[in-house]
Amino acid sequence: MIEVKNISKSYAGISAIKDITFTVEKGKLFGFIGPDGAGKTTLIRILTTLLLPDKGEARVGDLDVVDDFKKLRKSIGYMPGRFSLYEDLSVKENLSLFAAIFGTTIEKNYHLIEDIYKQIEPFRNRRAGALSGGMKQKLALSCAMIHAPEVIFLDEPTTGVDPVSRKEFWQMLRKLKDAGITILVSTPYMDEAALCDEVALIQDGDVLQIDSPQDIIESYGNMLFSIPGHVGFELIDRLRKADGVQNAYLFGEEIRMVFKETIEQDSVQHIVQSVGVPGELIRPVTPTVEDCFIQLMQKQE
Amino acid sequence: MSKQDSIWVEDLTKRFGSFTAVDSISFQVDPGEVFGFLGANGAGKSTAMKMLCGLLQPTSGIGEVAGFNIRKESEKIKKKIGYMSQKFSLYNDLTIAENIQFYAGIYGLKSREIREKSRLLLDQIELNTKADTYVGSLPLGWKQKIAFGVAMIHNPEIIFLDEPTGGVDPLTRRNFWEMIRQAAYQGTTVFVTTHYMDEAEYCDRISMMVDGRIEGLGSPADLKGEFESKNMDEVFLKLARAT
Amino acid sequence: MRRFGSFVQKEFYHIFRDWRTLLILIGMPVAQILLFGYAITNEIQEAEIVIIDHSKTPESREISSRILESEYFRQSNQMVSEADLETLFRRGKIKQAVIIPANFARDFNTMGRANLQVIADASDPNTANITYNYTSSIVQQFTVEKTDVFSIPYRIRVFPVMMYNPELKGVFLFVPGTISVILMLISAMMTSISITREKELGTMEILLATPMAPVQIIVAKVIPYLFLALFNAFGVLVLGYFVFKVPIEGSLALLLGETALFVTTALSLGIFISSRTNSQQVALMASLMGLMLPTILLSGFIFPIENMPVVLQVISNIVPAKWFIVIIKGIMIKGQGIEYFWKETLVLVGFTLLFVVLSIKSFKLRLS
Repeated sequence: MIEVKNISKSYAGISAIKDITFTVEKGKLFGFIGPDGAGKTTLIRILTTLLLPDKGEARVGDLDVVDDFKKLRKSIGYMPGRFSLYEDLSVKENLSLFAAIFGTTIEKNYHLIEDIYKQIEPFRNRRAGALSGGMKQKLALSCAMIHAPEVIFLDEPTTGVDPVSRKEFWQMLRKLKDAGITILVSTPYMDEAALCDEVALIQDGDVLQIDSPQDIIESYGNMLFSIPGHVGFELIDRLRKADGVQNAYLFGEEIRMVFKETIEQDSVQHIVQSVGVPGELIRPVTPTVEDCFIQLMQKQE
Repeated sequence: MSKQDSIWVEDLTKRFGSFTAVDSISFQVDPGEVFGFLGANGAGKSTAMKMLCGLLQPTSGIGEVAGFNIRKESEKIKKKIGYMSQKFSLYNDLTIAENIQFYAGIYGLKSREIREKSRLLLDQIELNTKADTYVGSLPLGWKQKIAFGVAMIHNPEIIFLDEPTGGVDPLTRRNFWEMIRQAAYQGTTVFVTTHYMDEAEYCDRISMMVDGRIEGLGSPADLKGEFESKNMDEVFLKLARAT
Repeated sequence: MRRFGSFVQKEFYHIFRDWRTLLILIGMPVAQILLFGYAITNEIQEAEIVIIDHSKTPESREISSRILESEYFRQSNQMVSEADLETLFRRGKIKQAVIIPANFARDFNTMGRANLQVIADASDPNTANITYNYTSSIVQQFTVEKTDVFSIPYRIRVFPVMMYNPELKGVFLFVPGTISVILMLISAMMTSISITREKELGTMEILLATPMAPVQIIVAKVIPYLFLALFNAFGVLVLGYFVFKVPIEGSLALLLGETALFVTTALSLGIFISSRTNSQQVALMASLMGLMLPTILLSGFIFPIENMPVVLQVISNIVPAKWFIVIIKGIMIKGQGIEYFWKETLVLVGFTLLFVVLSIKSFKLRLS
């Protein structure tokens, strides 16, 4: 459905994305995971025909993002990172406007957005500017879906939104996916990777890894142990210098330790105790996508 | 409200017209504690923090920061605290060294102290060789580290951090929290707002804000226990459902 | 078409919901015209004049006293001869002098017609013109009363001498001037701001990702301002005509047509500005500095172009309002037809085409 081949783009000599290649199959929920400045927005803007790539080519459906941009604009849905609806128009007016722009009506495609829109319908006469963050998002998604696009692009739809709205939003995306719509979504939250079928981890315009979230975690390769509880900040430095420890870092209340080689829990306990850290509670843990991301970043350096 | 509290407030409220941004919140923070203020955008975190820093006059309620009244002694408070916000901290058209010099100057450090502090700070963030680089050309993660260092330059009793980790990469985020824990270890009280629920785990205690009210207060472990949740995200979901 | 219609409707919503701006846009022309208008009429109350009566007859004395008894004029204290007039005018002591020739009464009684000279300080053309008109209407009244039904009507010709500005450049310029300033403001500034606002809010990004053609977006955004500008222009004309008796000598249709042309020029300028800027603030500054000031200062609205240094005279040629003021003055005051200012009209058409072409060239189909 989406095919990206060797796309590069730079602004004023600084490259925003470097030679990115990937494909998204029809009906998949594909996640773009990375911090600010990784190149997420640039890539989405290229795919939505809003920016020209410097190099490479990309197709959405069967349409080229450069040559067929007029046709493509009719068949895609786009929700930019910033809330980009008219705050001085009401909920209903915004939706009608976008329906009219795409030459359709709310009634015609109501079934597509019903689940989402009915949650904000009680406020249909309220100005969009007076909606809460979560409701604005639902309206923006309704507007992006009103013309029944086959594929939608969402740029950081959940940034800064409260966990409840975030959860609801991902549920809505799952439903759209179940209805056969291809979705490309970007997010800075590592924990949202688990909700996608496939993710691309990106940093500084480079793709670190593309895989399903499970495969990413499985390919972690190292051993990860955790010392729970506030054991004291001063101990981290000591642990870092201990034998066989590749890295040690704070992870919330825990300290996590990375070992390069396969190692028994007993040996770990021994190593930890040898530098004067109580090691009774130590246990192996499954890495998160965030752990994988950090490891990949360090490999790059 | 013992004498030793770094921060204590009671029934602190801020209204903007008919809108109540902060609704009668009460809490206290111990010296050397990392206190997290969690909530979505618009929950009232920044407003509460601005009142504590003496940038906004509360509508009602009382409180003290570093032993000074937040209503009447905001000028004294400002000397005792450091402040860093995600949106604005450093001047992009000044170099790293110039930014450090500027902020140190504001807090009345002598030129010898400034030189010493600058060197220390640059060492700490490993940017010695980049002292004459314009801040505007640095990656976001570095800027945040410099901003943190600058906010700590006058050895404040309390440091206020407003969404310090918004949008930075996970590695920088971890390094950043290490800097925060280190500051706390050395005795600085840290008051930090964030909308990343998982960051709550780095704090000693947290308060969860929903629509201007504090709906949960305690250590991450206590809260997880109280709401029978695996992580803070779940705590928030249950909390929001309860209200 | 429904697509386009909905978009225009949305633009009207934006305008009507931002009622503060709307109030300013509608209130400002009224305030401006009243300000200019009254500033001028107030000056004409009790203007100081001298009457030099060479005739010294009952008739000449009657005319003199009629002029002086009117609310408009007051006799200057100066006792003067014609030789002193120049000095008095230069020092600004008097606004007008009336000279009654020695043979006035004789000519009037024997031939039924006589002459009278009015000298006015036309460096302030509005005042000069108005005092002259007042004087001649008082004289007119006098002749009507003297004429009985059966005889040949009396006639007194009043010869005006407009000192310093014999062609009366600048007469009633406040109405054409205000119209051009208002039209520039609403059309150019408001369009450029409203387009850049979409860029700033990020809504332009979403619109570009839809099948809405950029030309449609622009035209739809411009239409409401076209209406608003024409409505305002009409309001200024009505106020000028009814409150300040500014004449409309020529064809009203032609006047409205030329006004519409000027509005289009201004709109195309606004579009051009917005195609080159990304923030409302820059658009506002560009409109204010680049359009408003030249429109006020260099169009001949306030300062006659003929009195400017040559450099400024040359620069004034690129100010669209300069050409529009020539046209509108021709229609309103001189009652001229298109044959007198087709060149100026062509210049405006040229400007419009130029800006439209430049805007199309620099309009972006994408974000950068």
